Parts: sequence; C-alpha cells; structure tokens
Amino acid sequence: MNAQTAVIAKPSGAQRAVRFVLPVVVFAAGLLAWELMVRIKDIPPYVLPAPSVIVLTLIKDWAVLSQSLATTLLTTLEGFVAASIGGIALALLFNQSKWVEYSLFPYAVVLQVTPVIAIAPLLLIYLEQQTAVVVCAFIVAFFPVLSNTTLGLNSVDRNLAGLFQLYGASPPQTLRFLKLPAALPYILGGLRIAGGLSLIGAVVAEIAAGTAGAGSGLAYRIAESGYRLNIPRMFAALLLLSLAGIVIYGVLALVSHLVLRRWHESALGKES
Amino acid sequence: MSAAPTSSAVEASLTALAVSLRGVTKMYDNGVMALGPLDLAVRKGEFISLLGPSGCGKSTALRIIAGLSAPSSGTVRVARHEGEVQPGHGIGFVFQEPTLMPWASVRENVRLPLKLGGVSKAEGRVRADEALASVGLADFADAYPRELSGGMKMRVSLARALVTDPDILLMDEPFAALDEITRFRLNNDLLALWRALGKTVIFVTHSVFESVYLSQRIVVMTARPGRIQADIRIETVEPRGEEFRTSAAYSDYCRRVSAALAPSYSGQSTL
Repeated sequence: MNAQTAVIAKPSGAQRAVRFVLPVVVFAAGLLAWELMVRIKDIPPYVLPAPSVIVLTLIKDWAVLSQSLATTLLTTLEGFVAASIGGIALALLFNQSKWVEYSLFPYAVVLQVTPVIAIAPLLLIYLEQQTAVVVCAFIVAFFPVLSNTTLGLNSVDRNLAGLFQLYGASPPQTLRFLKLPAALPYILGGLRIAGGLSLIGAVVAEIAAGTAGAGSGLAYRIAESGYRLNIPRMFAALLLLSLAGIVIYGVLALVSHLVLRRWHESALGKES
Repeated sequence: MSAAPTSSAVEASLTALAVSLRGVTKMYDNGVMALGPLDLAVRKGEFISLLGPSGCGKSTALRIIAGLSAPSSGTVRVARHEGEVQPGHGIGFVFQEPTLMPWASVRENVRLPLKLGGVSKAEGRVRADEALASVGLADFADAYPRELSGGMKMRVSLARALVTDPDILLMDEPFAALDEITRFRLNNDLLALWRALGKTVIFVTHSVFESVYLSQRIVVMTARPGRIQADIRIETVEPRGEEFRTSAAYSDYCRRVSAALAPSYSGQSTL
C-alpha cells in the first residue's frame, strides 16, 4: 500500500517541480535577453532601462517607493474590507427579501459595468481625495463578492434546508449553521477576485488623482515619473505593484485553502 | 375490525396510532394532482413500507407526515411523545441522499438536531456518540463526510435521525443509491435497530424485495395521483434474518406484492 502510493506520488511530485521550475526558467531567460539587448544595443535608460538598473533604482528610491507602496496597500485594504463587508451584507439582505433584491440589484450591475476610470474624476470632485480613492477600490471590488455570495446562499442543499425546517431551526440558526457555511466556498472565491480588483481600483483612482496633481500612492509615482521621464522609477513602481498583486492573491488563496481544506472539493487533492 | 365500535374504543385505537392520514391530497402549483385522496393509519411500533412507481407521490406523503409540506386538503395526525420540547423532535427523517453537511465532522452532523433544539454541547456530543455507536460508526465521529463510503454516510444519516430519540422514523428511499451488498447489510441493521428500539418506521421504496424483507405491512400505491392500491401484511417467523430472504414464503410475498403493483405500471402515461 505504502510502496504503491509512493510510486504514484513520485511522478506527480516531479510534475509539480516542473510546473514550478518552468515559469522561473522562462522568467530568467526573458530577463537575461532584456539585459543583453539593452547592453549590446546600448539603449539609454530613459528609453528602456535594463532589469539591473530597475532593481538598483528600486533600492536607491526605496524611501520614496516604500512610502507609496504603504499608501497604495492601505487604500487597497480599506477598499477590500469595505467591498467584503458591503458585498456580503447586501447579499444577505437580498437573500432575506426578494423585494430588496429586485429593487437594488440592477443598480449594482450598473455600478459594475460603468468603467471606474470614468467615475473616478467625478468622485475626486465630490469627495476628499483619500475617500474618493477608497470608494473607487470599493466600487470595483464589491460586485464579485455580492454576486458570488448571492450564488452561494442560493446553492444551499434543498434537503438540508428541509432538515433544518424539520428540527425547527430559527432564521438566525439557519443562517449561521447552514447558509453561511454552504456559501463559504463561493464567498472566498469572490474575495479572491475582489482582492486583485481593489488594487486595480486603487491604482485607477490614484492615476486620476495624480493627473489632478495630488497623491502619493504607487500609481501616482508612476504618473509623476512619466512626466519627469524617470523611466527606471516607473518600472520599479510597476514591479512593486505587480508584486503587491501577486502577494494579495497568494494570501487570499492560502486563506481560502486553509479554511476549506477539510471538506471542500476545490481544496482537496486529485486522488481523493 | 368489530362492527360499530364504541367511542371509547375509537379513542383507544387512536392513541395507539402513530400516524393517521384522512383524505389527504396534494396538488402542485401547476395544477398536477400528485397525491390522494389518501387514508392511512399506522400503529405505534409498526414497520410499514409505502411501495409504488416513481412519481406516485409516496415521497410527497412522507414529506406531508414530516410537516415539510402542507397537504392541499385532508387532515394529518402525528402522535407526539410527552416532554417534547420542539416540534418535529418526535420525528426522524432519512432522505434519499445522506444529506450531510460537508463542512462538519460526522459527530457535528449527528449532533445538529440537538444543537438546533438547544441541547447543551456536552450532552449533545455524548448523545451523538451513542447514536453513532448504535449504527456501528463509533470510530468515525471525527471523520468528515467525504472520507466515508456511501453506505457509511447513510448510517450517519440514520444516526442523526435517531439522535433525538424520535417515536417515528420516516425513510425516503434511503438505500436506493447503494450497491446491493451494502443495501442488504443496512437492511439487516435497520431491522435489528427497529427490534431493539421499537420505533414506528414508515419506509418509502420502489423495491418489492426490500419492502417484503423489511416490513410488517406494505401499502402499495397507484401511479399519480397516488392512492392505496393494496394493503398487504407480511407475516413470518420473527426475528427475520438472511434465511427469510431465501425462503419460499418470501418469494410468495414478493409475487403477491408484484401482482398488486402491476396495475400501477400498466397503462401508465407519466413515464
């Protein structure tokens, strides 16, 4: 039994290693080609900086960039928390009353399909800048939470609902012990999307705010460095944004995996 | 039945009844008549099977008895036992699927009815473990449903139905999705539990063989709308065991029940 599982596990382990190693190799090769091309053709850094220059800029400008990173991350976090609470709360409200759902759902869709970059300048006029940026992040991120939670709450096993009814469960008991756990995988899926989207919302708003001449986030740094033809710093800020997005996604995926690993199909190994 | 029973005799026979349905019908919202009118009296401690073709309303009848669905007309009486805290606790229900919460351990699944009824956690865990032991799953209390086989999940479902110590056990084709070997074993275990606990069991099935093996009484239902076609009593040496399954009496009963069921299938247009 043990020997057998070991035999089966071996190729899948090797496969996993390959899946991890291959993208890294591609990435390294790409960087190397980039570096070589810039050096051989002697391209000036204000046209295309070499990767080594970008890293050096990142280190040199760390004081400014880390400040901006913190600002952007805080905005993203605030937008994400607002979107999570707002999306889940609204979905619960929709689940309680069809009337509320019919009245409000079209507006949630309108908010979602209107490009946020077009709303941002208006928000910046009517709201304080920091508030406007958070609201942008919220608008972009809350819809996936809302729609996924709604889907989850509607996916409760009919027989389980009957069982709760049979044993006289009160509405709060049904919500806590049946609906929320059943919806949890969907909610976590929504949050995973919302994490990345709130970063996008924050960046969009910062760019809009940056053109108005105010702000201190990473996106504002990119816009500002663009005006000053400080291309290496643009790349360095972009690198940080990219890393922030990857980390946000990774953290949320990890949380989702840890919460669901005991029972949900999505978090189980293929063999079980 | 004696002719012209006195009113006190009627009273006495009513108290001996676990479930009585009078003129119960069920019409769906789309106007389809699913059930009835149905008259059914089930004595306390009886093991009765509702047997019929699919879509004959036997599951609907069960849901009406459980209170999960309201009859369109007619009256339903379900005997309640003394000291019952919450409505429904006198009834245990086993669905066609195990219907377990995948996010909770086996013990928590079995404890659910007690938790909803406000029983303390400590007492609930003790009683859940007892119920699990009674279905032979004492060692699996901490497992999750996905780690169990189909037959074991059904046992958990049975343990959950028994945990409130109900008088009446309603079972809606509980073993239909299982393989035959598992099904035979669960049949035997169910009979043993019924003999030990003395519950009233109403068992819905579409298997002639299963109903004859298990029941004291088989109510054969017609195709939609479901009515009673025949009411057959199975009398044999108790306790039944595997030898009953291979006896001549068993095959005789199977033949009789199949014959009673045949009109439901002939000329049926709903399939």
